[in-house]
Amino acid sequence: MCCSVHSVCSVVVFLAEGAMRRLRPRWVMGILLAAGALAAGPLAAQQRPLSPADVEDGQRLFVGSCANCHGPDGDAVPGVDLGHGQFRRASTDDELVDIIRRGVPGTAMPPGNYSNTQATQIVAYLRSLATSAQKPTTAGDAGRGQVLFEGKGQCLTCHGVSGKGSRLGPDLSDVGQLRRASDLERALLDPGGAVRPQNRTVRVVTRDGTTITGRLLNHDTFTLLMLDSQEQLRALSKSSLREIVFIKTSAKTSYRGRLTAQEIADVVSYLMSLKGVKAIAP
Amino acid sequence: MIKRVLKPVAQLAPRRSTPRPQGSQSRYFWPSACSALIVGQSFCRVLLVTLLSAGSSLQAQVSFERLLRSDSEPQNWLTYSGSFRGHRYSTLAQITPDNVKNLEPQWVFQSRSLEKFEATALVVDGIMYTVQAPNDIVALDAATGRTFWVYSYRPSPLARLCCGRVNRGLAILGDTLFMGTIDGHLVAVDAKSGRLVWDVALTRPEAGYSLTLAPLIVKDKVIVGPAGGEYGIRGFVAAYDAKTGKEAWRFYTVAGPGEPGRESWGADSWKTGGGSIWVTGSYDPDTNLTYWGVGNAGPDRNADSRPGDNLYTASVVALDADTGKLKWHYQFSPHDEFDQDATQIAVLTNIEWQGRPRKAMLWASRNGHFYVLDRTTGEFLSGRPFVRVTWAEGFDRQGRPNRVPGQEATAQGTLVYPGNQGATNWYSPSYSPRTGLFYVPAWVNYASLFIKRPQTYVEGQYFGGGEGRATDAQGLRTGTANLRTEDEGYGAILAIDPLTGARKWEYKMVDFTDAGILTTASDLLFSGGREGFFYALDARTGALLWRFTVGGQVQSGPMTYSVGGRQYVAVTAGSSLFAFALRP
Repeated sequence: MCCSVHSVCSVVVFLAEGAMRRLRPRWVMGILLAAGALAAGPLAAQQRPLSPADVEDGQRLFVGSCANCHGPDGDAVPGVDLGHGQFRRASTDDELVDIIRRGVPGTAMPPGNYSNTQATQIVAYLRSLATSAQKPTTAGDAGRGQVLFEGKGQCLTCHGVSGKGSRLGPDLSDVGQLRRASDLERALLDPGGAVRPQNRTVRVVTRDGTTITGRLLNHDTFTLLMLDSQEQLRALSKSSLREIVFIKTSAKTSYRGRLTAQEIADVVSYLMSLKGVKAIAP
Repeated sequence: MIKRVLKPVAQLAPRRSTPRPQGSQSRYFWPSACSALIVGQSFCRVLLVTLLSAGSSLQAQVSFERLLRSDSEPQNWLTYSGSFRGHRYSTLAQITPDNVKNLEPQWVFQSRSLEKFEATALVVDGIMYTVQAPNDIVALDAATGRTFWVYSYRPSPLARLCCGRVNRGLAILGDTLFMGTIDGHLVAVDAKSGRLVWDVALTRPEAGYSLTLAPLIVKDKVIVGPAGGEYGIRGFVAAYDAKTGKEAWRFYTVAGPGEPGRESWGADSWKTGGGSIWVTGSYDPDTNLTYWGVGNAGPDRNADSRPGDNLYTASVVALDADTGKLKWHYQFSPHDEFDQDATQIAVLTNIEWQGRPRKAMLWASRNGHFYVLDRTTGEFLSGRPFVRVTWAEGFDRQGRPNRVPGQEATAQGTLVYPGNQGATNWYSPSYSPRTGLFYVPAWVNYASLFIKRPQTYVEGQYFGGGEGRATDAQGLRTGTANLRTEDEGYGAILAIDPLTGARKWEYKMVDFTDAGILTTASDLLFSGGREGFFYALDARTGALLWRFTVGGQVQSGPMTYSVGGRQYVAVTAGSSLFAFALRP
């Protein structure tokens, strides 16, 4: 059938069209998800003891069914990573079991025909993924990592964290929620060529010969939206442009040799500590 | 204006057996009351003439005859595709390439639903009927968008749907509307009062059977079939008596024991073979055949457990409309492992094929090929790719596609064009008898990584056998922003010459599309896409003539109708329905 997990999400997102004008997409998504979630309470103590066999059964169930949409690593639905132990819609195992069994109304997440035990095993598997994913190869120090991040690493030249730094590269304020330590370590050592489409830059030349470079925010048949190098939001009519070049690669080079293994671990620890903007108590 | 004044008469004009409402004579200018009214004689004459010439349509009785001759009343839109031939073409021509720049929104109906709005509305004598997802029928004034009534159906929470709690529309016969529900019921609702007439449970929602399509009326029967191709259902097309809801016939789209085609399913795989039905069939009164596109085989991407061709999945079946007996079939994707539902609209037209007139069927398949078939016999006349296709190359003489070695779903994933959503999908195409062109919403340069995984069947659980993964990290678009480039795939409207299969023109969008297409006798083409524009093209050249930002994805086929001499074009976007007309 159509299997359009993605277009279902977009219906929800379209409702926030007004909010979109003021906020960046990731925040809008986050707000919407949070709005639909059970009030995200403090992380409850992890419940019932489960055996390795439960985890294995959970893996089988996950791969047989959930992975069809969520992918084998639990991160195939954009904006949803089931593998790092934190969930936007649930914090306790019971809440997770409930979502697995009942689905999430208004989204593509259908109710699953699982017994309570089966759903609990799936949760156990997800928790085990998180445990293995959180461990970087070397233990780091987040405090030292922050100093490196803001100093020697010069990360703020492109990245921003909670209002500090640049808006042109990916914002890392909540990267500890979104990525696993092992992925962050790899990104520092082997940045590779391609960046995610949401982190692309674009260079355009207008009909009068002006070149504008910036972060690509959106484009359609008629217009192109970007944050230019002066951090100004620009909407350009494509008919006014002579040339459009999409840059799909990362400007980042490997930190191997520039930072020691310990320093890399420190930076990773710092990044993993970034969990996004916290609400201020009244 | 006269028509608008007279509408109350039309609504109240009783069938012979029903007494006329008290007081209707004076209030509604009943003809016999004319002499008693202080109105000019000439007005009465106009009134009488109008009443007589309007004939039976004044009773708002949508007989099967009216459905058959829907061409003769283009002010109405009586079936999902506007006619039984699946053309989604209208002879209304008030809006033209010259004046379309003056098209303006007249009203917006905001549904109370967060689901995708996939329904095509019906319009019957000034009244619009549509479905607010999942299963509320709404009756609106087609000129103002004001609501007469809402019939709310509460589906069981057991309903399982792969892709949203959606509905694609209604059918009407007599004074009764018919709707399939996501929990597998077929309901009949009175078109005047919005009251339930009957409600029949057809299938078991907990096993993944759901009804999302607009039903098809043929004679005195309502024809539907279940979605559920990702849940290991055994699909069918079935007809129900419009008066009682009693089942008249059923044709299983997955051949079981004792049925021809059983041998195309290894072991017991037919039990969970899929073959869903989720897009409305077509009907040809000359052959008395009804044509239905059948969904993917299950499990979708792991065909190991079902050796054979897996009839009649990913096929079109031609069924006798009175008995449901299979007359012929053509399978677009034998032994499908790429989720290639053949749930497209069968477009029926008569063409001159190699010097000889043919009753043809035109079909742009999700598998990437454009087909011409003989609709009387099912004979394969031609098949040509309309986008990049890598899984097959050419056909044998019977029309069986030649599979390309190595193009199969694997554990590590294989890149295949077209990707999982298909070269096109359920989005309505259009055929204009004026231009002779076939128009299809297409996904161009589009591939997926087809990953096969072991799959065991558990009732009500997803039965996909793997995934068709998007090839970039972003996957398909999730938010309002599109960041994809042309080489990574784009949406388009393609105009295809049916006689050669050649692309006559292409209208490119940056983003993909789930919007259907409407064409009109003034050579306009209306469509939309995921970018949130609704637009009009010149159907002859593909030139953009007009566009409007509807601010949400267009995920239905546009339709057109006329009230009080004014032509409207309506389409859904996001969770709203928009009606446009020319600036007065």
